[in-house]
Amino acid sequence: MRLDELTRGDFPVLERVINGHRLVYLDSAATSQKPRAVIEAMTRYYERSHANVHRSIHTLGEEATELYEAARDRVQRFIGAGAREEVIFTRGTTDGLNLVADALGRTLAPGDEILITEMEHHSNVVPWQMAARRSGAVVRAVPVTADGRLDLEGLDRLIGERTRVFAFAHVSNVLGTINPVAVLCRRARRVGAVTVVDGAQAAPHMPLDISALDCDFYVFSGHKMLGPTGIGVLWGRRAVLERLEPTRGGGEMIKEVWLDRAAWNDLPWRFEPGTPPIAEAVGLTAAVEYLEKLGMERVQEHEQALAGQAVAALSALDGVTVYGPRAGSERGAVVAFSVAGLHPHDVAAWLDQHGIAVRAGHHCAQPLMRRLGVVGTSRASFSVFTSPEDVERLATALAELAAVL
Amino acid sequence: MTADSGAAADFARAVDPRGSSAGSASGEPRLSSAGAAGAALSGGRDRQGGEAPLRGLYSDVIRERWRRPRRRGELPGAAAVAEDVNPLCGDRVRLMLALEGGRVRAARFVGDSCAISTASADVLAEMVEGRTAAEARRIETADILDVLQTDVRPTRMRCVTLPLSVLAAALDGAGP
Repeated sequence: MRLDELTRGDFPVLERVINGHRLVYLDSAATSQKPRAVIEAMTRYYERSHANVHRSIHTLGEEATELYEAARDRVQRFIGAGAREEVIFTRGTTDGLNLVADALGRTLAPGDEILITEMEHHSNVVPWQMAARRSGAVVRAVPVTADGRLDLEGLDRLIGERTRVFAFAHVSNVLGTINPVAVLCRRARRVGAVTVVDGAQAAPHMPLDISALDCDFYVFSGHKMLGPTGIGVLWGRRAVLERLEPTRGGGEMIKEVWLDRAAWNDLPWRFEPGTPPIAEAVGLTAAVEYLEKLGMERVQEHEQALAGQAVAALSALDGVTVYGPRAGSERGAVVAFSVAGLHPHDVAAWLDQHGIAVRAGHHCAQPLMRRLGVVGTSRASFSVFTSPEDVERLATALAELAAVL
Repeated sequence: MTADSGAAADFARAVDPRGSSAGSASGEPRLSSAGAAGAALSGGRDRQGGEAPLRGLYSDVIRERWRRPRRRGELPGAAAVAEDVNPLCGDRVRLMLALEGGRVRAARFVGDSCAISTASADVLAEMVEGRTAAEARRIETADILDVLQTDVRPTRMRCVTLPLSVLAAALDGAGP
């Protein structure tokens, strides 16, 4: 049985009819829909076990703490992390990247260099610009090649003794390019740079083995991987985490507080001030369990096939341009495209008329849009419940649109 | 076209004319040349005949204004110029006003913008001609929607209002 046939009934929202058509949701890269298991796990938690974690000496407090910390263990196994202390819960990828940029930024000095790439999401660009402004460091960017890959020769020219941080996406949220994380980390290690990987578009779509990637930080969101909004994961190598000062203070992150000073808590709580997203952690556990039951190899295979189908079908249409690695090459679960003579928002509005939800605009990647020479693009992205028929519906609607131009 | 060569060639074509990434990364040059500014919608302007695109999606006025804008273009020697970006989509509109005797003698716009935003800018440019600055400032979103003969969903309302805020900025820059 195909994965979409297996999972379709688990996603209540897919029963919706939009503008007279069965909903075709092709915007999972922005945020994925939620299976009933996730929704019910969170409801059950709120109905039965809700209390604050770590501080409440009563039964509900113990249950909530247990559920929250169980989410950490579950995520640790899911990403192949060496220790649970290395798994820090955040509000999402943006929050995690800001945390790392803020903390690492305090170790930088004028003349230091932060290396990013031209294909980064704004959340892996702007926090580094902020860190650079505060420290006097400089941000540089690895160029993107014509076929939508990182220019490794350009990387060799840019990376050097001054490079203190190399931050890059595992999978581009526009091009779908899958970057060679282990190769990039090796080059960074050679010059002693800390590596930060934005895994927002990878964690939901492929098997992960953090230890094999050899990076120092890996960041992703719960809501893009069938889980709830408001929770994300920052994985950090323990040796590096221990060198960093926490950037946000409050309850939970301290061991002892005096009026003039405080002693930090142990990892991972040192970086989790305040009441954490407990119900969201419960939902994330359910999402991880759901994905693991399907098997991440199978998820990747399913979505790769859809991406391949979409690239082939859309490229065959006159007036439609597809961006990113050429057909047949490995790519993530996104396909960005444009229709000649039409603004991406008008394309998205047209598709919405047909019940098809795609993303349109700059995808929070304006430097990449300038590199592509476009204002924006439309983007179809896939999940476990996406079917080949969904991709056909997209192609048919686009063909209809292109035909009247 | 084949999937392979199509995607790669188009990517290359999109990238090459702009030369080095340093040049295109400044963000400024996009609208400084008419060619680049018009490129996004040039295909829509000159099309003739056939079934109109986006029918059923937008009003006839929007589609007409988008395909054949009446006030699109440069205005050399404009006394008041302003430009702004819609942060949601990156759309960019620049409005140029020529003033004479306290009134707007001519108005033109250029922009990388969607059909709604283009139509709104076109209607607005036409409306301000002949008005004093004070009169021009009194134009409201509802006035533009009236001409466009349409309701716009909240998610697209900024497409309508962007030209209006650009107009206000242009008038501010031109003095009282």
